[in-house]
Amino acid sequence: MTKKILIGLAFSPNLKANLHEGIRTANMFDAELITVHVGKKDATKEKDLQNILKEAPTLQKNLKTIWEEGDPVTVILKTCVAERIDLLIIGALQKENLYKYYVGSIARKLTRKAPCSVFLLIKPSVERVPCKHIVVNGLEDEKTPETIKYAFDAANNLGCKRVTIVEEIRPTELDVKVSDDKTLKEATLNKERIEQREDLRVRSILKDINTNDIIVKTQSIFGKRGYSIGHYAKVKRADLLVMNKPQKTGVLDRIFPHDLEHILSELPTDVLIVK
Amino acid sequence: MTKNNKFKNFLNEIPQNLFSGFVVSLIALPLGFGLALASGAPPISGIIAAVVGGSIVAIIGGSNVTITGPGNGLVVVILGAITTLGAGDMSQGFLYTLAAIVISGAIMVILGFLRLGSLGDFFPSSAIQGMLAAIGIGIFAKQFHVMLGNANAKGSIVQLLLQVPNGIINYVSTNSTSVLWAGMVGIISLLIMVFYGKIRNKYFQLIPAPMWIVMLCIGLHYYFNLFSVNQYPIDQALLINLPNDVLSNFAFPDFGKVYQLDFISAVISITLIASIESLLSIKAVDKLDSLKRRSNVNKDIRALGIATMVSGFLGGLNVVTVIARSSVNVNNKGSNRSANFFHASFLVAFILLFASQLRKIPLPALAAILVFTGYKLASPENIKKVFKIGKEQLIIFLITLLTTISTNLITGIIIGIVATFVAHVIINKDILLFVTNIFKPNVLMFKEDDKYYVSVKNFSSFLNYTKLKSKIDQIPENEDAIIDFSMCDFVDHSVMENLNDYAEGFKRKGGHFEIIGLDNYNAGSEHPFALRKNTGITTIEENINLTKRQKSLQNVANELTWNYTPTKTIEEIIELPHFGYFKTRQIKKVSNVLSNESCELFDVEFHEGELFAKQIIKATMLYINIDQKVPDFTLDKEGFFEYIYHFTGYKDISIENHPDFSKRFYLSGKDVGAIKTFFTNELVLFFESNKYYHIEANNKGLLIIGRERLAGVKEIKALADYGIRLMPLICEKYRVVAV
Repeated sequence: MTKKILIGLAFSPNLKANLHEGIRTANMFDAELITVHVGKKDATKEKDLQNILKEAPTLQKNLKTIWEEGDPVTVILKTCVAERIDLLIIGALQKENLYKYYVGSIARKLTRKAPCSVFLLIKPSVERVPCKHIVVNGLEDEKTPETIKYAFDAANNLGCKRVTIVEEIRPTELDVKVSDDKTLKEATLNKERIEQREDLRVRSILKDINTNDIIVKTQSIFGKRGYSIGHYAKVKRADLLVMNKPQKTGVLDRIFPHDLEHILSELPTDVLIVK
Repeated sequence: MTKNNKFKNFLNEIPQNLFSGFVVSLIALPLGFGLALASGAPPISGIIAAVVGGSIVAIIGGSNVTITGPGNGLVVVILGAITTLGAGDMSQGFLYTLAAIVISGAIMVILGFLRLGSLGDFFPSSAIQGMLAAIGIGIFAKQFHVMLGNANAKGSIVQLLLQVPNGIINYVSTNSTSVLWAGMVGIISLLIMVFYGKIRNKYFQLIPAPMWIVMLCIGLHYYFNLFSVNQYPIDQALLINLPNDVLSNFAFPDFGKVYQLDFISAVISITLIASIESLLSIKAVDKLDSLKRRSNVNKDIRALGIATMVSGFLGGLNVVTVIARSSVNVNNKGSNRSANFFHASFLVAFILLFASQLRKIPLPALAAILVFTGYKLASPENIKKVFKIGKEQLIIFLITLLTTISTNLITGIIIGIVATFVAHVIINKDILLFVTNIFKPNVLMFKEDDKYYVSVKNFSSFLNYTKLKSKIDQIPENEDAIIDFSMCDFVDHSVMENLNDYAEGFKRKGGHFEIIGLDNYNAGSEHPFALRKNTGITTIEENINLTKRQKSLQNVANELTWNYTPTKTIEEIIELPHFGYFKTRQIKKVSNVLSNESCELFDVEFHEGELFAKQIIKATMLYINIDQKVPDFTLDKEGFFEYIYHFTGYKDISIENHPDFSKRFYLSGKDVGAIKTFFTNELVLFFESNKYYHIEANNKGLLIIGRERLAGVKEIKALADYGIRLMPLICEKYRVVAV
């Protein structure tokens, strides 16, 4: 499924780590890697890059390097379309400050506009950090089965032995507001029912997926949708969070942030957003 | 319980509720008069509020043992409203104020329907304390003069307070017998209020103090009427004024000023105070309920709103839930809402049967009751309590108090909220923490191993407490709840206080409520409600303030007769880094060590990964020191791969004759033979029949790990118990082998 991977590179201290991550990811999916350098091509940069590549693990498929000048966001998005990229890797900062939050960083813009799946790395590293626990969303959405399948693919490729499927239950689904003992009892019963129902739904998705060797757990959580899953991933110290790409995010969503915007404002761990 | 059964219960409990309602009405009668008079309203208006409130809220309310009627908090606001709206004419002012009361009732109904009962949580508790103290001072300042027979003292709260010494001099040097007698009644009444609690006589205590005062006053009147040659010495102007026909003379609200600014601000103040007083009381009374029921706050607010509207139309004051009368109700075994209804019915009976006697009650007697209430609200003990929590709380308290006294309630509470926020910003030296995170949903809840786990991020203060509250409210109080603040940078006093209430509630209902992750916090004082800031570093001082968890650990240590040390240097547990588990993890700190000769139970903080990938993890573990040599092994539940990567290369060792054990557990190690002999039948049985832990052994001892997070006190007890029971199995066995 993932044939072509793109990574945008800037000559920052993170360059080496980003490139290593890119190559590893490409090898993992057995895909081609395309690196995009926004800026002028010159001899020293070229040399730096070659040096880094020498130390990096060898890429099994092709490596294509593109140099182009212009606005990073436009260049990368354009390349995504032109090369028919399946997965875009972006190195992100773990925490963004207030100013960036409203203006929107490059990473944020890319995530929002990318036509393909996006892999946000908060801690790119040269050495491989073993991935031990993947958290994936299991909310009721037509994209969810695909996302879960993707998560298990990644788990198999990364040698990850533990996947937790998280169903976020919204307060509105509970239908009862807890105000006294009676409503509390109702709400608790309701909760159990919803948990069972959600569990059943996720299990039916899992039927078609090979889950051998992987410990699968389903967990219902109560909190704000799209945000609490990040919180959960952080509490459980997951190494990767896999999520659906939300329908659309407009101006209103940025003012009243939800789903993706919440995750982007406080990345809990590496995030893979599946288109 | 079936409906039929419920009804039977209800019938069975009628006698006790009838009695309780009667006792409450004995207090409600003088208080109703007193509060109305102090508000500058006709005395009957207080009784109307109690009667209407008692009957309506009893029928449609959402709480169980609360009593409703005119409230203390509103005295100052209503008096202010009557004075400003009447512009000199108190009786016209009262009619305008009635209109304000009706509208505030309507607003409360709306608030109830919108489920905004939680709005009360947005007020920081020290600011509320400050506001209540200001109300107390306001009541005290005015009523002190009335108590001494001077019903005409006027001026702002500050002016009235300054007049107090003068008032005393004037009274001592008065030459009017009426004032002299009135003042004497007032002072004696105050003494009764003060010393009532100290006289522990069963028969004396049967009648509440305010009723003693009323009875003494009526007795005094009869004495002068029947036995003395002199006339009743207290002037008509200083007696209660009740309409001649109580049932027909209802005042009707005047809506003429609805669009004026004064009127609107009166409505806002009345609604604000009525809601806050009711919410606080409902919450407090729930703690007293012997049947441990949870009140439906929004339903109650709705009922109070409707009752207030009706009361306003009939010429009565606001209906609020009142704490003092409610606690009397609980103490007299009131068990359901019928007590509230009976209290209202008795009031009606009193007014109809004893109207002429009640007219003889001197105002100073009622004022004395209020002086006492006012003092209670603003007593120095309250201030001391606030100071104990922290200096900053005292500052917030005083700012709110002084602003409220010198301006008005709305300004006071707003300044109080702002002051609290500013104090939090100064303490954290960081405004961004609050600004960037205020609207973020910072609370996550999930259920794991039959425990509710709530994690709170960023900061937790009065600003976003509702988010936390709505989650905790969903946890049944007979379950286990763990609130984890380790991802949180700041927790304020209001939150700590509220969580403490929850902890009590859970304890009462047989559940367990625990707060973890605060041990690294720097508290302003040793008070359990003190606000806490995450410092990241631990202070290794002698007199650090222990958190509640640390205190509980201390208790656990005492129970087990183990030692407890809150902080320890890493060197003291040198064995730890030798375990495989810590080969890839760097230990940063060991704290909260519970230990006996061979076991050590502790919290450990360690890094995983470096630089960008660095994560700080805190977990609770148990270390057992075994003198004899133990083969290196790890024992895990089959499938928990996360622990074992450092032992890869070794295969799962199966123990003969225990296929079930081999199936359930993943056992690995180098020396297969030694391990196989080590795992005796007893040991295998022990592991099979107990809770699962990750266990690692090397030649120094055993390391037992539960979940990779801090454990709650209950979990720690379980872990310690596990260790204690495991110890003899291993040692005994070794003795056998050695022989």
